[in-house]
Amino acid sequence: MIRNVIACVLLGLPTIAFAAGGGGHIEHVDADISNEASVQRGAKYFVNYCLGCHSAQYVRYNRLAVDLELTEDQLVENLMFTGERPHDTMENAIPSTDSANWFGRTPPDLSLTARARGDDWVYSFLKSFYVDPSKPTGVNNLVLEGASMPHVLWELQGIQKAVYRTDLDAQGSPHEVFDHFELVQPGAMTPEQFDVMAQDLTTFLTYISEPAQLKRQSLGIKVILFLVVLFLFSFLYKKELWKDVH
Amino acid sequence: MSRSEHEVGQMAGRREGGFNQWLNKRFPLDSLLREHITEYYASKNLNWWSVFGSLAMVVLVIQIVTGIFLTMSYKPSAAEAFASVEYIMRDVNWGWLIRYMHSTGASMFFIVVYLHMFRSLIYGSYKSPRELIWIFGMFIYLALAAEAFFGYLLPWGQMSYWGAQVIVSLFGAIPVVGESLVEWIRGDYFISDITLNRFFALHVIALPLVLVGLVAVHIMALHEVGSNNPDGVEIKDKKGPDGVPLDGVAFHPYHTAKDLVAFVAFAIVFSAIIFFAPEMGGYFLEHANFEAADPLKTPEHIAPVWYFTPFYAILRAVPDKLGGVILMGSAMILLFFLPWLDRSPVKSIRYRGWMFKTAVALFVVSFFVLGFLGTQPATGAYTIMARVFTIIYFAFFLLMPIYTKLDKTKPVPERVTYHD
Repeated sequence: MIRNVIACVLLGLPTIAFAAGGGGHIEHVDADISNEASVQRGAKYFVNYCLGCHSAQYVRYNRLAVDLELTEDQLVENLMFTGERPHDTMENAIPSTDSANWFGRTPPDLSLTARARGDDWVYSFLKSFYVDPSKPTGVNNLVLEGASMPHVLWELQGIQKAVYRTDLDAQGSPHEVFDHFELVQPGAMTPEQFDVMAQDLTTFLTYISEPAQLKRQSLGIKVILFLVVLFLFSFLYKKELWKDVH
Repeated sequence: MSRSEHEVGQMAGRREGGFNQWLNKRFPLDSLLREHITEYYASKNLNWWSVFGSLAMVVLVIQIVTGIFLTMSYKPSAAEAFASVEYIMRDVNWGWLIRYMHSTGASMFFIVVYLHMFRSLIYGSYKSPRELIWIFGMFIYLALAAEAFFGYLLPWGQMSYWGAQVIVSLFGAIPVVGESLVEWIRGDYFISDITLNRFFALHVIALPLVLVGLVAVHIMALHEVGSNNPDGVEIKDKKGPDGVPLDGVAFHPYHTAKDLVAFVAFAIVFSAIIFFAPEMGGYFLEHANFEAADPLKTPEHIAPVWYFTPFYAILRAVPDKLGGVILMGSAMILLFFLPWLDRSPVKSIRYRGWMFKTAVALFVVSFFVLGFLGTQPATGAYTIMARVFTIIYFAFFLLMPIYTKLDKTKPVPERVTYHD
């Protein structure tokens, strides 16, 4: 009977599926937040390339220091450039009214982006800027078509264009679909190096989207081990108590 | 049952004139404990299906306690709500754990309650003389649904906002008064700070009070009639010379010991979710809800949380809005009439024929399929499936008086039996 109950509980939980919004071309990334070096590199890239325009308003600098195992000196020297105090949150430099005027919209806060969109989305977004002369920024993004963000990392990645091929759709009429990116102007990094950078940034964004992740899994193992032992004792107690009931 | 003071003192095994006697002269502690705990007899052949009532109580306590702590740091205002939840998740000591316990608890509450209701269904626990227990239970379910709905707005994420927008606007389908009613519920022309503030009030005080009151009434009715069992035999019909049902064992220590085992097993599942999959793949915490509510940006796909999706699928299966609302409402209200729709002379599925068994199986399938369809966009084949399974869902109830009457039953034994 108990097996039936467990089966019912499991069936009761809807099948696990991930359905983040967003178009086209999503690449898988392994954003391993337990890789501390990767999160640290991601933090460095984040303050250097993202934090100018995007805030991470729920993230405190000193929390980063604790979780990334940095001393306060390391924190101030490497991640804090504009006179913040360690307990401040990560605010951006641009007033939001200005950025709205300049870019058409305020650059969104990035504290929770990886959680709302998924790490694959973030990774693919970072890699999917391509030349599009019709846009004011000169680039478009395959993952977020019409994004108003300029290609901030172009010096590192270089400039790529999207190559399309012609396919037949369900009705048999030809239409263009994305095939691959082609690097038209190399950047300071090789494509492999840039992939690692995008991965580090994604890992960092995944970490800041839920800092408790670092703690909860290791704590969870201890809690469940304790409960398993408790289960054993409670089961034996029940058995002992009920053995005379017929 | 009135006993002399002397007896009371003896029974409690305490010396006369002690504190216990002083207390019991003024408050019936011992007799309450006896009546509801140590001398409440439930059938000795109860199986594991019977643990979900106790588990539901446990989850209620978890929700109330974690809810109190969340309230200490949460800010019920449109400008601050989303940020205050992130503050709880990041800056409050153990805030993430308390929040995940509460968010997971909400879903687990429904899982436990659905299993508890299913137990009633298969063992006929709603049948005479337990109709009122069932009806109080259904009110608990409705209060729980309202509680979950109001609570879901509080994180003030995109899905909170647009989910509330969709559900509240359903009342607009009511002719004549609909639109004014919607405005009255929201307190504004759209879901706003005012709506959030009043949903907060309803979520943290009004409905919890209603829930606790209903649970008390549910249990009082249960303890008056006595618990059902997998055989559907009334154990009170066969009592020993001491007045104790021959097939009963005391709730404490026997059933409490068993419930303890179930509780620990439940805690393992609960912890596994909290610590390893608090979002449960987007079903317990929806991805879109990690984006702050934006009244100007409608999400591509709005779906309620999983525990409402069967009813949401029924709503969307009807092309007409008012018709859909009526059908969705009836899908819940019909459950109230189960005690009278069921015409079978026996309670338990063990002694019923193939018709009832088939009907229950179809009902369970339709509930799961509708639940799945409610999470998906309503297009093409899915809409047709939703209609088919909506018909099956309703046929289960509406044809019940016929098939339970026609169904061949087996003789019910005099005393309870053991099957496993």
